[in-house]
Amino acid sequence: MLLKKTKKLEIQIDEFLDKVLNGGLVLKQGIKYYLNNQTEHFEESLKDIDKTENDADTLRRTIETKLYMHTLIPEQRGDVLGLLESTDKVLNSCKEVLFQFSVEKPAIPEEFSKEYIDLADTSVSAVECMIAAVRSYFSEFQMVRDNINKTLFFEKESDKLADKLKRDIFENKNLDLSGKMHIRYFVYHVDEIADAAEDVCDRLSIAVIKRYG
Amino acid sequence: MIWFYLTSGLFLGWSVGANDMGNIFGSALSTKMLRFSAAAVLSSVFVVLGAMITGFGTTRTLGSLGDVNAIAGSFTVALSTALTVFLLIKRGLVVSVSQAIIGAIIGWNIFTSSPTDYRSLAQILVSWIMSPFLAGLFSFVYYYLLMQFLKRSKTHLLEIDYYMKAFAVFVIAFGAYSLGANNIANVVGVFVSSSPFSDISITSDIIISPAHQLFFLGAVSIVVGIYTYSRNTTETVGKRIFKLTPISSLASIFGASTVLFLFSSTTVEKLLNGIGLPSFPLVPVSITQAIVGAVIGIGFAKGGRYINYKILGKIGIGWIITPLASGIICLVLLFIMQNVFNREVYTALKFEINRPVIRQIEKWGVPTGNFTNIKDTAFESQQEFRGFLTKLGYDKEEYMFRIFKGAKVEYFHADSNYAKEKMNPNVFTQGQINSIKQMHNETFRHKWMLYERMKSLSDEWNDLPRIPQNEYLNKELEEKRETVCDMFRVK
Repeated sequence: MLLKKTKKLEIQIDEFLDKVLNGGLVLKQGIKYYLNNQTEHFEESLKDIDKTENDADTLRRTIETKLYMHTLIPEQRGDVLGLLESTDKVLNSCKEVLFQFSVEKPAIPEEFSKEYIDLADTSVSAVECMIAAVRSYFSEFQMVRDNINKTLFFEKESDKLADKLKRDIFENKNLDLSGKMHIRYFVYHVDEIADAAEDVCDRLSIAVIKRYG
Repeated sequence: MIWFYLTSGLFLGWSVGANDMGNIFGSALSTKMLRFSAAAVLSSVFVVLGAMITGFGTTRTLGSLGDVNAIAGSFTVALSTALTVFLLIKRGLVVSVSQAIIGAIIGWNIFTSSPTDYRSLAQILVSWIMSPFLAGLFSFVYYYLLMQFLKRSKTHLLEIDYYMKAFAVFVIAFGAYSLGANNIANVVGVFVSSSPFSDISITSDIIISPAHQLFFLGAVSIVVGIYTYSRNTTETVGKRIFKLTPISSLASIFGASTVLFLFSSTTVEKLLNGIGLPSFPLVPVSITQAIVGAVIGIGFAKGGRYINYKILGKIGIGWIITPLASGIICLVLLFIMQNVFNREVYTALKFEINRPVIRQIEKWGVPTGNFTNIKDTAFESQQEFRGFLTKLGYDKEEYMFRIFKGAKVEYFHADSNYAKEKMNPNVFTQGQINSIKQMHNETFRHKWMLYERMKSLSDEWNDLPRIPQNEYLNKELEEKRETVCDMFRVK
């Protein structure tokens, strides 16, 4: 009976992680649509990520209540809840970035499109690896380390790309300073998603040490 | 009055429930794997089962160290044990009832001039030293295996936690069972010989012996300790010793409980002997010390972190100071009980020296040259007999013990009806039963005389060759002979 409830909860945790992963992919796609001026598709992505984020929030709350009600040993419970919450923050950041594109409509010159797409790709790769790390924390402990390392690698890559892109933006002769500063913020926002993924991995490393150290 | 005398033992039971049980479920409570109510019910049930099913082995060992034969004496021995533990714990030593009771029993032996069986004592001392080391070894192995399994397992974390809770329930039940089995001797062991109870027959087959009634009472006092006070101790224990992960604390309690179980289970003894291995002596050991050893074992498994070697020193000092202190306190209290309150703290035993007795003790390896010119003599008390032997030049306690054993006068009257009524053919062999029938109406003045007669009538009363495989069988045979003795003893 209790084991059945546990199994159901496992499925819900998996679904939650699916949603975060999905959010990352939608973000990547949304940025591409924006840069390619495919407005309709971009708006669809926006709706999509909004719904995903709402669903994930509801799911997270259900999971948290259930965890408190009847499953985990409390000492682990805190770690798991913290992990899920920080994972949710990654999804929130993805949604936030896409909404900022929609609200502020930054005028990004075409020459920077590729760099923005690369940056989004790398940042979302960090999210993908982070999700894999969280999944392995739950069910395949030995893979946690590998996945954390991959996440950290992509986070660093994303930092490098962001740094280069910012330099390129400010070296550009055709943009005025306000334009440069505006599109610079979007570099910062996209890069921040990888940072959020890194934060999850930092938490994960501690949780692993606490559990198996 | 009888109930008053039992109070000191019951108080010891209460302290086992209040303190030692806290060690067992403390970590499960502090990590909130179980609620107090669940842990208390679980441990209460298993502590009673452990005491009733497996409590005999360790009780017998205590009995062989010193046969406290008057209830006021038992009361004083238990009281001095309780006092010692109380005083030394206040001074921050890792002490236990198991160590204090030994000192108190030896104190009683000294006060009454009864000899101490050094073989039993040596077994007990070795067990004390072995127990924390073995607990360390077991918990090291358990922890290592558990971690390897968890690291390799592809089971979901939530399921692992579910199984972990189930494992915690098992560990607490096993720990409570082992504690009941191992430590019930500390609680009521000294009352067994002087027990005021008699058999209670439920049906003709189910008879509750006085010892079992005492075990039950003792176990109930442990349960009272669990319910009234263990919560307070679990809070300190859970945080003090176990600032460890739930897995390591479970492994350490499991390791310590295994040691207690090994030192109390006759079944394990039989199994080990069966495959030709020497068995563990059945001796009450300290769960607290075993757990400290176990935590150190976990420390090694984690690569030598968390190890506080000073605590080992404290345990070592406890091994010396605790029995010494309780021995001295017991001597003083026995003196007060006897001379101020005028209570009989021991029953005087009769002894006699004559040719057959001398021949018998010679068989047991005691040099009997000193008896050459001694006429047949009778003695009215332990003191008188010890004084006589000391004058003859016997100063070795080992010889003293054997001479006491051979010269002790008891009266036995063989009655073949008993053989029919009380000797269960499932327990005794036909040869054994027939030999008892042949002894009808014979009387004996010494236990060994009765034994010798039994052995002469049937070879099935004789010990098997002394090899590990036979150790347990010989013990069982000794118990059967003892049962016959009890049947024929004239009070």
